[in-house]
Amino acid sequence: MLTAAEIEDGLEDAMSSQANRVIDIDNLSLTFETNDGPVHALSDIDLKIEEGDFVSFIGPSGCGKTTLLRVIADLEQPTAGSITVNGVSPEQARINRAYGYVFQAAALYPWRTIAKNVALPLEIMGLSREEQQQRIQKNMELVNLAGFENKYPWQLSGGMQQRASIARALAVEPDLLLMDEPFGALDEIVRDHLNEQLLQLWAKTNKTVVFVTHSIPEAVFLSTKIVVLCPRPGRIYDVIESDLPRDRNLDIRETPEFLKIAHRVREGLKAGHSYED
Amino acid sequence: MPALLAWFVVAMVVVGLFSTAFKPDIGILEAPQLALCLVLLAILGVRYELGFMRNWIGDLALGVVAALAASLLISAAGRHEGDAALGFWALTAATWAAFWLFVERLAIWKSRSLLTTRIVNLAIPAIFGITLLILWELIVTGAGVPKVLLPAPSEIWLRMTTSVPTLWADFQQTFLKAVLVGFALGCGAGFLIAILVDRVPFLRRGLLPIGNLVSALPIIGVAPIMVMWFGFDWPSKAAVVIIMTFFPMLVNTVSGLAASDAMQRDLMRTYASNYWQTLFKLRLPMAMPFIFNALKINSTLALIGAIVAEFFGTPIVGMGFRISTEVGRMNVDMVWAEIAVAALAGSLFYGLVALLERAVTFWHPSIRG
Amino acid sequence: MSDTALTAPRSTNPFAGLMSGTLGPVLVVVLAIFAIWYVAAVALNTPFQQDMYERANQTDVPMSQLVRDTLAQERPVLPAPHQVIVEIWNTTVEKKITSKRSLIYHSGITLSSTLLGFLIGTLLGILLAVGIVHSRVLEKSLMPWVISSQTIPILAIAPMIIVVLNAVGVSGLLPKAMISTYLSFFPVTVGMVKGLRSPEVIHMDLMHTYSATRLQAFWKLRLPYAVPYLFTSMKIGMAASLVGAIVGELPTGAVAGLGARLLAGSYYGQTIQIWSALLMAAFLAGSLVALIGALEKLTLKRMGMAR
Repeated sequence: MLTAAEIEDGLEDAMSSQANRVIDIDNLSLTFETNDGPVHALSDIDLKIEEGDFVSFIGPSGCGKTTLLRVIADLEQPTAGSITVNGVSPEQARINRAYGYVFQAAALYPWRTIAKNVALPLEIMGLSREEQQQRIQKNMELVNLAGFENKYPWQLSGGMQQRASIARALAVEPDLLLMDEPFGALDEIVRDHLNEQLLQLWAKTNKTVVFVTHSIPEAVFLSTKIVVLCPRPGRIYDVIESDLPRDRNLDIRETPEFLKIAHRVREGLKAGHSYED
Repeated sequence: MPALLAWFVVAMVVVGLFSTAFKPDIGILEAPQLALCLVLLAILGVRYELGFMRNWIGDLALGVVAALAASLLISAAGRHEGDAALGFWALTAATWAAFWLFVERLAIWKSRSLLTTRIVNLAIPAIFGITLLILWELIVTGAGVPKVLLPAPSEIWLRMTTSVPTLWADFQQTFLKAVLVGFALGCGAGFLIAILVDRVPFLRRGLLPIGNLVSALPIIGVAPIMVMWFGFDWPSKAAVVIIMTFFPMLVNTVSGLAASDAMQRDLMRTYASNYWQTLFKLRLPMAMPFIFNALKINSTLALIGAIVAEFFGTPIVGMGFRISTEVGRMNVDMVWAEIAVAALAGSLFYGLVALLERAVTFWHPSIRG
Repeated sequence: MSDTALTAPRSTNPFAGLMSGTLGPVLVVVLAIFAIWYVAAVALNTPFQQDMYERANQTDVPMSQLVRDTLAQERPVLPAPHQVIVEIWNTTVEKKITSKRSLIYHSGITLSSTLLGFLIGTLLGILLAVGIVHSRVLEKSLMPWVISSQTIPILAIAPMIIVVLNAVGVSGLLPKAMISTYLSFFPVTVGMVKGLRSPEVIHMDLMHTYSATRLQAFWKLRLPYAVPYLFTSMKIGMAASLVGAIVGELPTGAVAGLGARLLAGSYYGQTIQIWSALLMAAFLAGSLVALIGALEKLTLKRMGMAR
């Protein structure tokens, strides 16, 4: 089986045109030099992400899931191995504004209204005023924030702030959306709601999403592909292709298929977690 | 506490009733104003003690009666300057207690509307200030304090209104020239150098500790040197102001530029934003609270610097010059008039900067509060 | 992009370590300041020196001679650092402390009024802050004045206080100390009010659940919380206090103290004397603030609050 899979993978590699391969990571490692010696944040990572995938990175803290996302976004530099985003280096991809990044916190600027916050990347890209205006309107509607354009971030709830930050990432109109535990700071009710909205958004826009989380239900509910990472050194333990239908709602979480995948993720997390230290 | 104050008013009224008000031998009831004042205060104290009208009308009545009593006392003191005796002081103490009682009552007001709360919050310190002025006036005229030691507020006011041209000329020389020019150049230079320093980490590490140290130094001491270099007229004072305002601006702006957090800088990086875009869209807005802090500190430093620098030599105009020469001539009321102008100018300048701060950093938690 | 082997090369330059801290850069900047000072001294003193040469009918003086002469004038526009240091040496080590020409004597006078004023000011500031925190009326009526008083150029009253108090027979240390008191008392009040208010609501609630008295809450909660604020505002207060003492010495007819040295120097054009007094004042301010800083470190360490 394994060899067959490998052959298949190799074949796919050989055949893959750059058309639908969004992220290609080969043998990638990242070591931080600290005063207490080197820390192996990432070790021998191999990962391919296709266009239209919804990929979740899940793992305990310190497993390098956020670091991996930051490498894709060119916020960290790998120390070995290779990575391409849209067929070019992450740096080039960043300069091309190929992706939108959503942080753990909304990181909205308090001196700008919501609309002006969404306009921030557009101003930096140097778009015309009409173009900015049109994109603001479109993306505010997409995240259900129409009507809040002239509010300031601190006048909105946490969930609304995070939705605004998603609109800001979408306004760049990237094909790739990188999300680093975007709903981690929100309560579960709001989080469920936003998860559902995110899926609808993904279905509507057909973007590739890479999503970091530490919640098993969230990862299983959202993803087409779940990457389980484990720490010390940070490495990929398991990659699970989800066979759940793309069109899903929150009720799917009661189904046996859902629970089966969740079980596999949980097993992976348990096995990959070393308790020696 | 309010009950105690009301008792105090009553006790003082009783003391006043049975003692001489003015030397040599004038009783309170022989001076019509004092008699009226005594009756008013007695009614106030007893009325409060008995518990009539403990509502907002009653509280306002407290204020009105206290103000009436004060004005009666002041006019009585004016007729018997320097002759005050126990009775007069008892009434003064009673008036002061009445004002205090009024403020106590105001402080526990629970208002329904925001506007009234605001007015009350402004009124309390204002009444406190006015009370101080009244006490000052009563003590100085009542005890006949020599004018060279401390003039009464009324005398200072008289002096201010009669020497407007001199005061205006001094204000022009010191504030409109030395302070404003020095403030603008000092703050501007501090800001620009801060941005330069921020770009070069080596300079930031080397210059910042020195800047912090210099902020604690008595920079005002460079005044004689500046007077030697730039002459007696206002440019030398502006130079002192420039040096004094430069370092607070430098230190504050540099720490303000470092105030943005890693996530916000990462965000700008994901947009492939260049240095200037990050500076103008993220770091400068983020630094604004720090910059305004420096502007506020500098608004007071500038005025101090200009006035003190004038002690080291000026043409024959300027606030510092006027203060030092009139002190020599023992024209203390003129000195106080000058100080009142300086205080007013300083507060207005500060207030203006603070208003601008509210407008620019409206988003900061300390202001949107 | 293929293999990105980007391990940061470990620097072997022994100076790199020094320069990455703060000590190296600070030293470099200080040296740069001295260099600029020398250049400026030569540049600023040259016109006068050329005048001298012209009067003495000396023509084409060599550059080295000019530089040497500009750095050795008796009343230079800008004295060179070594001139100032020699002056400080002559007036501190070489002179008896009791001599009127000893800088230590003058510094001592300034220092004593600074410290006296600072002490009274700090105590007063703390008392006032305690009152403001515990009384609504005081808070509402006094606090706005404390804040707005900082916007008033208090220093302008300094000469008047001195002269007026002298006129009624109060002279010596006390009038100057009063100005220092006035200047140091506001920062301490404002800082202490902030500090005494800094305990979080949870902690105050905790005290409430123990039904602690106001006094207990003050000693066990408010005061420890206020200590770091107190030290910060004491540093500001000390610096202000020194400025107050120096300015307070200006109108006393230039008798004694660093301020008097400044004024006398400016009357007689003794630039070297001005600069030496100025450096001495800077040194005094620096060491006083450093002293409070050391005290702060020690106290916070003993309280277990050191970071």
